[in-house]
Amino acid sequence: MSEISATSTAPALEQVFRRALDLSDDVDVTALAYGQHDHWDSVGHMVLVAEIEDAFGVMLDTDDVIGLSDWQAAVELLERLGVS
Amino acid sequence: MSFAGKVALITGSSRGIGWATAQYLAERGATVLLNSRGSEDELDALCTELRASAGGEHGACAFDVADPSAVSAAVRTIFARHRRLDVLVNNAGILDDALLGMIDSDAAARTFATNALGVLNTMQAAGRLLARDGGGAIVNVASIIGVNGNAGQVAYGGSKAAVIGMTRSAAKELAGSGVRVNAVAPGFIDTDMVRNLPAGVFEQRVASVALGRIGSPAEVACAIGWLASEEASYITGQVLGVDGGMLI
Repeated sequence: MSEISATSTAPALEQVFRRALDLSDDVDVTALAYGQHDHWDSVGHMVLVAEIEDAFGVMLDTDDVIGLSDWQAAVELLERLGVS
Repeated sequence: MSFAGKVALITGSSRGIGWATAQYLAERGATVLLNSRGSEDELDALCTELRASAGGEHGACAFDVADPSAVSAAVRTIFARHRRLDVLVNNAGILDDALLGMIDSDAAARTFATNALGVLNTMQAAGRLLARDGGGAIVNVASIIGVNGNAGQVAYGGSKAAVIGMTRSAAKELAGSGVRVNAVAPGFIDTDMVRNLPAGVFEQRVASVALGRIGSPAEVACAIGWLASEEASYITGQVLGVDGGMLI
């Protein structure tokens, strides 16, 4: 998986969410939260983490993984990791 | 067996089994990342020694495996410098023997923090990095005491039994990511842990070994290296005794 340009974070992040969590087109990704969608359980969460790391070339630590609770948290995380 | 192009982190690798494993993997082409709680300067000196004896470039990663934030920071540094990790050997461990009624609670907590939680911390922090590029291998150093127990080693035995349980659980959880997780259970091995045994105890231990001798760190390193290699590609969740047929 090639790393995505830092200038296209939100659309790229949405792609990552849809791919990792196998979301249909009618799902509003920006309204998602951990545990609030069947596909975003603990297994889906670790797939999402791995996909974010691959797509943006970053490495999350355990606090980041646990704190990745919803779409907004993902956006803020990427900003904190210098991807914006 | 080649580890060319592979990056290996070995905790507790400044001496004993960890150092022997570092030499084993370096001789087979791995970039070895040495670890201890000591200073980076000490580890840098060991890297120089490793380069001289085995060739290759190696790195120093000083951190305490019992400190989750230090482990996490170390793995982030490994990612920044190498962008990969292929082998993780969890060897760091401490031994503090005491009869059950005399176990100091702080000592017991330190034993579990290093021997058991240290393994959990490193597997947690390094697991996803190992999963990149098609997978990797984790080898945890348990102990014959974790398998069979021994009087005077309740805390140590418990911490090493925890390593075995975590090995088997992590193997099941990480298999889908291509990461194999196995353990070795060394018996009576010639390291600093056994050099201060009281008179008579050493001989007693040797007498309980079917092969009739103490084992060497290099012999344990061979087992670790094999489990970490592609030659063990269909092996995960296993505990390999390296104990000369010891009965305990």
